[in-house]
Amino acid sequence: MVSTAKISCRDVWKLFGDDAKTFLAEHQGIVSTESLKEAGLIGAVCNANFDVYEGEIFIIMGLSGSGKSTLVRCMSRLIEPTAGKVMFEDKDLLQASEQELIEIRRHKMGMVFQHFALLPHLTVLHNVAFPLEIQGVDRASREQRAREIIELVGLQGRENYYPRELSGGQQQRVGIARSLAVEPDIWFLDEPFSALDPLIRREMQDEFLRLQNLLHKCIVFITHDFDEAIRLADRIAIMQDGHIIQIGTPEQLVLEPATDYVAEFTREIPRAKVFSAGSIMAPPTGNTVGNVTANTKLEDLAEAVVNSESDVAVVDDDGNIVGQLGRQAVLDVLVGKNTAGGRHNSR
Amino acid sequence: MSWSERTLLVDATTAVDEAREHRQAPTWLIVWGVALLVTAVLYFFHDLWPWAVTYPEAWYIPLRYWVSDFMKWLINSFDLGLFTFKEFTRSIAWLLEWPLDLAGGLLASGFELELGDENELYIPRLSWLAVTAVIALIGYQTGGLKLSLLVGGCFLYLVIFGQWDSAMVTLSSIVIAVPIGVVLGVSVGILGFRSPRAERFIIPTLDLMQTVPVFAYLVPVLFLFGFGPVAAMVATIIYATPPMVRCAMLSLKQVPTEIVEFGHMVGCSRRQLLWKVQIPSARPTLMVGVNQVIMLSLNMVIIASMIGAGGLGFDVLSSLKRLRIGEGIEAGVAITVLAIALDRISQGFANRPPSEHRDASEHFIARYPYTTVALAVVLLTSVAGAFFEGLHTYPEQLQLTTGQFWNDLVSWINVNFFDELEAVKSWLLLNVLIPVKRFLLALPWIGVVGLVGLAGYQLGGWRLAVFTGSLALFMAVTGNWEKSMISVYLCGISVIIASLIGIPIGIYSARHERAHRVIQVIVDTLQTLPSFVYLIPVVMLFRVGDFSAMIAVIAYALAPAIRYTDHGIRQIPPDLVEAGKAIGCSRRQLLWKVQLPIALPEIMLGINQVIMMALAMLVITALVGTRDLGQEVYIALTKADTGRGIVAGLCVAFIAMISDRLISAWAQRKKKELGLA
Repeated sequence: MVSTAKISCRDVWKLFGDDAKTFLAEHQGIVSTESLKEAGLIGAVCNANFDVYEGEIFIIMGLSGSGKSTLVRCMSRLIEPTAGKVMFEDKDLLQASEQELIEIRRHKMGMVFQHFALLPHLTVLHNVAFPLEIQGVDRASREQRAREIIELVGLQGRENYYPRELSGGQQQRVGIARSLAVEPDIWFLDEPFSALDPLIRREMQDEFLRLQNLLHKCIVFITHDFDEAIRLADRIAIMQDGHIIQIGTPEQLVLEPATDYVAEFTREIPRAKVFSAGSIMAPPTGNTVGNVTANTKLEDLAEAVVNSESDVAVVDDDGNIVGQLGRQAVLDVLVGKNTAGGRHNSR
Repeated sequence: MSWSERTLLVDATTAVDEAREHRQAPTWLIVWGVALLVTAVLYFFHDLWPWAVTYPEAWYIPLRYWVSDFMKWLINSFDLGLFTFKEFTRSIAWLLEWPLDLAGGLLASGFELELGDENELYIPRLSWLAVTAVIALIGYQTGGLKLSLLVGGCFLYLVIFGQWDSAMVTLSSIVIAVPIGVVLGVSVGILGFRSPRAERFIIPTLDLMQTVPVFAYLVPVLFLFGFGPVAAMVATIIYATPPMVRCAMLSLKQVPTEIVEFGHMVGCSRRQLLWKVQIPSARPTLMVGVNQVIMLSLNMVIIASMIGAGGLGFDVLSSLKRLRIGEGIEAGVAITVLAIALDRISQGFANRPPSEHRDASEHFIARYPYTTVALAVVLLTSVAGAFFEGLHTYPEQLQLTTGQFWNDLVSWINVNFFDELEAVKSWLLLNVLIPVKRFLLALPWIGVVGLVGLAGYQLGGWRLAVFTGSLALFMAVTGNWEKSMISVYLCGISVIIASLIGIPIGIYSARHERAHRVIQVIVDTLQTLPSFVYLIPVVMLFRVGDFSAMIAVIAYALAPAIRYTDHGIRQIPPDLVEAGKAIGCSRRQLLWKVQLPIALPEIMLGINQVIMMALAMLVITALVGTRDLGQEVYIALTKADTGRGIVAGLCVAFIAMISDRLISAWAQRKKKELGLA
């Protein structure tokens, strides 16, 4: 698959404490936990390296205090990293001037916050139109654009409500609509569903996937919920104590956890939720009934495949047959045999 | 920094603190013992080193003369190049006069326009009907029918009881002073919020401004701005602005990080971030500041009349001076009524959620229904007033007065209860007030300064020790020791009695919902009363002297003791109370073993507030003949002695600051121990 990296982190560090910069320069990037402690520093992000591709949902997963929020704020420069580069469209964001940064944020970035961060004195319409107002778009066009997006997230009819008149789920829809109003190239979501009830959370996740199917944004998504990560991610980066300890597709994390810490997370995860049709299918040989898309998770197709006499065709998003899936392959995964055939990039 | 990292840092520092405390814990007893022993020795053998007991006059630093000389130089010879300093302040006064005249003309006096020779056009002021209707409308818009009736009723009271003319003079200066104070306060607040360096300068200045008694800066204001309504307004603004600055800084800091981050993420410039994100989000707390400015402006009304403000304040002051109790009470009640109306309206604004969603309609009348109605009412009543005099000026024969009633009531109480009142007064004077006063006056100054410093050291380390110690030293060095001690004694006794009354009421209020609602209303009203109003009944019943001063101070300072105790107990997490109940605490055990210990820091902050208010009131009670710092400031005011007033005022401020810093340091440490901070 040919994708270009949209945003990349290169050796990004964020250390809290006095003289962090000097300390890093002296150690030239080779820093142990002990030496950090000795210097009285706290390593919020240590040596982060990764790329996020166009159209990809990249999830940064970690428990609280693991540095994931700091990392995403380094990527948008809400927090100034201690060292490293954040390459965005072939430019180092960290070298951008204040004015350049304002321009990039106005036109190319969108962010959704855990606690919605809606402006309490503005209506839904004006909240969504706010980023455009800041850009200086005239009232008529920005309100028209805002109305379109509000409809996209299913809040039509609520344009003149104030945030406090909405439920949590609705508020976050406004937050999502607002971040999409400027048609950002890169979309940061900082634990967007963590403050919501489990039922609403599930609904919002579906909504989020639906939107991504329409929009194909480059997404950096923060969560502390491994289930959520598995459900939404194309790739997941797992963070612990400021370090990224593994990056991979949900399948890779489950099959080849890099450390015990990762294994701990994946142990309880039902495999049917992780594996998609694309990751366990065999090459197409013909003789199939029905079809499923490659990114369908096993839990959603197992019943159909197991009850079917012949193999089921696996198709990509455009409807081309890319493989087929039989009863045995599905059962193998479900009972825990690690012999997934013809593994593929799930996308 | 994420949350957990922050707690990590905090944990580390508390660990260090604790280690230090443990090391020093046993030595504290010895240190305090020694310090107290030294003080006691000096107290009992005061002839040993007389200089350590009574500060020798030869050692005085003539600060008050320096200040007076500086003031003279400022007024007479300070030249800013193009103009002198005096010209500068006088031109500010001239600038302020314009809006003041406009508001005065509109509400109180009407306008006289010169139209060439001999021709004058007189435009009358707004009629009482128009003003009352507009106020009721504003009330309706901000708080619905109930508020509308309340504020409308308040203004009708002013009309019917014949206070209208004076009330409108007062109102016209308030409506100009408040916006100026708010704009000034918010601007300085923004400065302090944006620049930590400015903040480091602003905070101590605010502390000083809020603790120096008003009387102390009336003299310089008088010199710089001349006698009259403008000087009164300047003094009012100086007095009323500091809380606005604090609220502005606090509210901007309290805007959730996420909202600020959102502002950055949509690419706000610094200015856009401030005006479109931070200030609108900070609105509720900002409105609290506006409310404070209004209330303090009204509190200043009577004092401002000493340097030329007319209106209700002048009425109260002149009837107090002539001991016309009835008239004084009427004017005092009118100020209170005005205060209640303006307070509720501004609170209504603060609490009003953004209006319910409604479709934006383009039509002016539909868009601004209230403005339209208000304009129509003003127009109609003005036209009608031209034909029916009564609609414009309320007819005198329909006015009521309660003056005679109050006079009779006072005579009746004095005739029938004179002996009882006198007995209470004498007993307290002989058995409590005078002994305490004697004891405090005999204490060696060196011992007191040392003990204050020691307390500072224990609670906040060297910096606090030096701070509190040198503030205490200032009183001795400038020759105000004796008067300071009298202030401490009056204030101390009043605070103790106010706490003894207020804390139990607060506890009761916290534990009984119905009582809470009633007490809340009473406390709200008490806090709306301008401090001067408390003096009137006290003088009526007890005449002048320390005892009267004490009663007035207690009455004025009672409210925070009740409020903070109530709040402190109510804010205890419910699961703690439930845990107590589940263990099987009786109601009494629950109170003494769970609620009070946890609420203690908050209650102490309440007592701190009581002390602040007591000191503020103490200065005003100088009018009823105390011999403390308040009297010193007041004498300075009547003699127009800048230096004397400012130095004595600083002494009052320093007493306030010493107790404030010590109590706050203690409460903060205690809260940290309890994990409430």
